[in-house]
Amino acid sequence: MKKNVLFGTFAASMLVAGIAQAQSTLEQVMARGELVCGSNTGQAGFGAPDANGVWQGFDVGFCRALAAAIFNDPNAVSFVPLTSQTRFSALASGEVDVLARNTTWTFVRDVDLNLTFVGTNYYDGQGFMVPRELGVSSARELDGATVCIETGTTTELNLADYFRVNGMSYEPVPVDTAAEAQQQYLAGACDVYTTDVSALASSRAAFAEPDAHLILPEVVSKEPLGPVVRHGDDNWADIVQWTLFALIAAEELGITSANVEELKTGSNNPEVGRILGTDGGFGAMLGLDDDWAARAIAAVGNYGELFAATIGDQTPIGLARGLNAQWTQGGLLYAPPFR
Amino acid sequence: MWPRTRLGQPTGYIMSITNDQRVATAAPQKPAFHPSMLLYDQRYRSITIQIFALFLLMLGAAWLIDNVVNNLRLLGRTFSFNFLWQSAGYDINQRPIEYDSTMTHGRAALVGFLNTIILAILGCALATVIGVIAGVLRLSKNWLVSRLVTFYVEIFRNIPTLIWILIFGAVMAESMPAPSAFRGDNASSSMIFDAIAVTNRGIYIPSIQFQTELGVLPIGPFAPSLNWILILAVIIAGIFANKQLIAHANRLQSETGIRPKTWWKSILLLLLPVGVILVALGAYLDYPELRGFNFTGGLHLRNSFLAMWLGLSLYTGAFIAEIVRGGILAVSKGQTEAAFALGLQPGKTMRLVILPQAMRVIVPPLISQYLNLTKNTSLGLAVGYMDLRSTLGGITINQTGRELEGMLLLMAVYLVISLTISGLMNVYNSRVKLKER
Repeated sequence: MKKNVLFGTFAASMLVAGIAQAQSTLEQVMARGELVCGSNTGQAGFGAPDANGVWQGFDVGFCRALAAAIFNDPNAVSFVPLTSQTRFSALASGEVDVLARNTTWTFVRDVDLNLTFVGTNYYDGQGFMVPRELGVSSARELDGATVCIETGTTTELNLADYFRVNGMSYEPVPVDTAAEAQQQYLAGACDVYTTDVSALASSRAAFAEPDAHLILPEVVSKEPLGPVVRHGDDNWADIVQWTLFALIAAEELGITSANVEELKTGSNNPEVGRILGTDGGFGAMLGLDDDWAARAIAAVGNYGELFAATIGDQTPIGLARGLNAQWTQGGLLYAPPFR
Repeated sequence: MWPRTRLGQPTGYIMSITNDQRVATAAPQKPAFHPSMLLYDQRYRSITIQIFALFLLMLGAAWLIDNVVNNLRLLGRTFSFNFLWQSAGYDINQRPIEYDSTMTHGRAALVGFLNTIILAILGCALATVIGVIAGVLRLSKNWLVSRLVTFYVEIFRNIPTLIWILIFGAVMAESMPAPSAFRGDNASSSMIFDAIAVTNRGIYIPSIQFQTELGVLPIGPFAPSLNWILILAVIIAGIFANKQLIAHANRLQSETGIRPKTWWKSILLLLLPVGVILVALGAYLDYPELRGFNFTGGLHLRNSFLAMWLGLSLYTGAFIAEIVRGGILAVSKGQTEAAFALGLQPGKTMRLVILPQAMRVIVPPLISQYLNLTKNTSLGLAVGYMDLRSTLGGITINQTGRELEGMLLLMAVYLVISLTISGLMNVYNSRVKLKER
């Protein structure tokens, strides 16, 4: 009898474990009825809840596009705010399906942490922000400064490298979130706040007196930021990757949220037809409906529209396209052909 | 020692009767063992249940381990501690031993470990001082004093320690002047006694430096300065000599009834050798000085450290105050009255009669408070204190992705620290507990 109970328990537990492992990410998302997206804990312009508690921003917009591609509903997505420290564990454990949270693509994260970076949605670099009254005009003058730094980020490592290479010393003040870093910086507990230039601009826009702060001209690192998924589910990685490429290609080909329905009825450019699903059956190859990309573009607009609406120069964040212009405009955005 | 005899001996007594019976009676009378007896016979049932429970426990553990191994394999991950020998790449602000970003993750973890230990020791010390004073004062007959202390105890132990730590951190960062306020001819802030600077980045105090460096003692990864080891040795020798002096005075007093004056000899024994050695090594005070962005020189007590130290000490001190109060109240009132009847002053009554007896009630719960404080040091990340949790359990895990290995190592280290404290305190407890003769 004892043995039966033992075997019974063992068999039952194995069965449960087996079922849990068999489903692919897309099947899990479909069964759940919504996408779970790992987001920033609050970075104005990139990912933060607005006054009504609705998540808004550049990275958030990408998740909405993905939800629209899968469910034809840009609101079928819930956002899990993650700190720099918790984001990878949350992704690896399956707590979130995709991470769209200003995450830098690096070798160790891609290879050793077993993550898959599907592309770059924002080409960034690390910079320094100082109060104007400090009278500093270059990062080379920061010897001996106290620097606020978010722990668990690539910026933490770049900072150590930059000061080391230039033979300068500094006093790190490690903080957990961007909000805490801003609070410490504004209180004067540190002289310098360092993170990606885009995030510095976003922080500065939220300050009471944005003009009292200066972002130093030095950009000390390459920070390609992009959406991340778990290693091992290639179909899911393809869906996330080509949704990003669809938004980028849409801008290049002139597909906008305004004209997407019109172009669906007929376009003389065959690639537009293949993206919008009137030709080629690309959606089915991904395991989605054929008009997946059209739905994503209709929901949030193409890359340029999303950029302009959330972080562009008409917004308080006021970022120029710079490296993030299309390759035809001298930038780095380059979607592979839809063919 | 009566509980053991009362519980143990009768059992043995019954056992011996049954044994005797078995020996005395003939074998055929003993019923043959049948498997159903495992469930229905009281003698075997408890053993069956225990074995079954043990099986379930082991099965549960095996399932968990199997799950971990399988999932790691599915994720294509290996289990390895090699990351400890890779270069860390990040900087740590509070470094008790030499460290820079090119050193290994293991070295960074060691720095974090030392920061944890420093905070735990200083925290336990301050919490004990606060706790004992508050505990005694809460029993004061002075209405104002006892109510003030009650207010302290209630407000600190009823608000979570993390909140206190954050409050202290915020107060330091928000309300103190920035170093730039100390600059210029008409500076808005000035240093206390020209020696201590209280800024929003922490407190800078003078530190002791030596003109003659005796070098360092290399013990594995540590390199303590020989100067400090020498000074520590002289201080310990002084305390030991002072103990001998007091013991001699006590002996003389019990033999002749006259106690020789010892206070000036004590002061001489405790202070003179240290003074001599400090002068011989050319000790001087290094004052903090505003240079560039920050103060340099002296000793920098960072905001994160101060917030943790004060938060943990005041929080735990409130609990210790209650433990001390309970311990004192546990000593019968007759002891105080007897001491007063002998003409002892209240202070001496407390020090010589009440507290020694209260100690045996105080020490066991005090151990758990020390353990709590030590484990609560792992909240350091909240204010950016670079303890073991923030270095090994935070940045290292995040940069290398070795959650499982890092967490296991973290658990092992905290377990060892806690068991060590508990062991040391138990030794102390066995010294102060009621001696039965």
